[in-house]
Amino acid sequence: MSRTSDALEGNGVVQWEAPLRAHESMSTMVWRRFRRHPGAIAGSIMLGIIILAVVLAPLSPYDPIATDIPNRLQPPSLEHPFGTDQLGRDLLTRCLYGGRVSLAVGFLVVVITLVIGVPLGAIGGYFGGWMDNVIMRFTDAALSLPSLLVLILLSAILREIDIPFFERNNVLTIALVIGSLSWMTNARLVRASYLTLREKDFVTAANCMGASNLRIMGRHILPNTVGPIIVASTLEMGYAIMEEAGLSFLGFGIQPPTPSWGNLLSNAQEHLAKHPWLAIFPGLMIFLTIISINYIGDGLRDAFDPFKVLKQVGEV
Amino acid sequence: MGRYIARRLLQTIPMLLLISIVLFALVNLAPGGPLAGYSRSRHVKPERAAMLKRQFGLDQPVPVQYVVWLIGNDWMKVDADGDGIAESRGERRGILRGDFGFSFRTREPVLEEIGDRLLNTIYLMSVTLIIVAIIAIPVGIVSAIKQYSLFDISVTTLSFMGQAIPEFWLGLILILVFYAWLDNPFTGEPLLPSGGMHSLDMDFSLLDWAKHLILPVTMGAVGWVAWYSRFLRAGMLDVLHMDYVRTARSKGLSERLVMYRHAFKNAVVPLVTIFALDLPYIFAGSLYVELLFSWPGIGRLYYQSAVKRDYPLLMAILIIVAGLTILANLMADIAYGYLDPRVRYE
Repeated sequence: MSRTSDALEGNGVVQWEAPLRAHESMSTMVWRRFRRHPGAIAGSIMLGIIILAVVLAPLSPYDPIATDIPNRLQPPSLEHPFGTDQLGRDLLTRCLYGGRVSLAVGFLVVVITLVIGVPLGAIGGYFGGWMDNVIMRFTDAALSLPSLLVLILLSAILREIDIPFFERNNVLTIALVIGSLSWMTNARLVRASYLTLREKDFVTAANCMGASNLRIMGRHILPNTVGPIIVASTLEMGYAIMEEAGLSFLGFGIQPPTPSWGNLLSNAQEHLAKHPWLAIFPGLMIFLTIISINYIGDGLRDAFDPFKVLKQVGEV
Repeated sequence: MGRYIARRLLQTIPMLLLISIVLFALVNLAPGGPLAGYSRSRHVKPERAAMLKRQFGLDQPVPVQYVVWLIGNDWMKVDADGDGIAESRGERRGILRGDFGFSFRTREPVLEEIGDRLLNTIYLMSVTLIIVAIIAIPVGIVSAIKQYSLFDISVTTLSFMGQAIPEFWLGLILILVFYAWLDNPFTGEPLLPSGGMHSLDMDFSLLDWAKHLILPVTMGAVGWVAWYSRFLRAGMLDVLHMDYVRTARSKGLSERLVMYRHAFKNAVVPLVTIFALDLPYIFAGSLYVELLFSWPGIGRLYYQSAVKRDYPLLMAILIIVAGLTILANLMADIAYGYLDPRVRYE
């Protein structure tokens, strides 16, 4: 058996196939290839379960905020699968409500990074010249900021401010803070795509037919960059969830009594030795969510970029 | 090469200036400012708060404060006693002349506060990174060479897990297992210490220092081992299918020589750039480690300063870390040209 075919028969490998079959649309191809990635499918199922559970959180018989002192610090049991915290609140319920916060922050951050990163990258890559220079220097500067330190600083400042919608570090504030420091990947990615694509014949053709710059950027080039953007955004969601958890863990993120996975962990610190379940379960939720997202991202990357897999097995 | 380095160093200056302006504005435009704590406290009279404000120069417009912070105020009159009349010459020399001011909290010079703690952080980070390199490099290479073997599949799975574990949670679990649950069978004490750089009541002992490193280093290393072994594996896989590797093989070179002389050397070069880009994140990760294990480092100092709104300290740490990051990037680019002769600087 040759090296190559050896690799192809391996476990969990996307099998060699023509990247795009005749009469097949991009999305069908991506889906066909995504399905072949066992990690990505497992991740999708797991994330689906987590999202479903989080959405259905109000069905829980317990209140996430109201205290129940007689039942404090119960170990996990049938009534309280994750146990209860020092105020007698059901930890499973709080984990589910915390998941709403974490996933919402993750989703919002992705939207924010897209809104900032894609136009900046597109303008820089398409027009080039001094605009590109300014944008890229700006991006470089943002990349050399110590992001966690600035996150801490911004949250510390923002939690003192009373602006409507932004009071007490709610979901939107945290998402804005994280998003404002995470758009650089998108900007660089999109710029690189525009830089190569603007030289292609279809752009020249559109130009000759009198399409405006805006139309070429939006209608002709943008659809070609969707793959990398989707992959990067998926992974970004994982980072954002992790960053929110970290900030809340440090006390600069979502403030109690509103639960989030990070502040649940922070709260568990003082009870660590005697009541370890308080620390184990919220961390497990973060872990499962992020590993699912990362596997999905990995599957998407392979699905969108068949040549990468082909290159690895030496076919191209 | 010399010209290239000089040009890059010159480019660093406007970038650091831009960063410092943005950070300074963020810190100082916040409502309340550093004296928010004072003015809310009932024990401080409003007149006293106003006096403090004048003494610290916080009554000046933010651009003026920035200039003072940057180049000092020994060329202008300041209000040292806070009575509202600027009569004496300022004494600050500005960060460009190495004066980062005084901590609001302790009133000590900022650089003195930072000094040892920066070293403590560098000590912790260096040990962590050495461990990361010792584990990640061989694991990544073997994983790529034996692609899709049982070893490779386990490594790939473990590295997915390692990257998904929140660092602070890992730290809590480590403390739980090795401090709270497991005991040293001979002394009955916890198996490993849960904080500090060394035992306070003991003379220097290498074993004691090493014991205090195990948990913090493990906590800091897991994610990076996962990431770098995965990165190196992917890099090796790319390289293994290059024509020059095929050429080396068809020349009849031993597989060992092909792998280490031809493939590995090329796969490891991009690692240099990635590592420089990762530095701020490695640093950020050490903040969690330092907090959980009461490590007297710069990350913990930053956290404490943020809680207390000690702005001179916050600004100093931010600028130092940003400067180190830019410097690391420059050094990575230079090293890149050295390691990979195909790269040319014009």
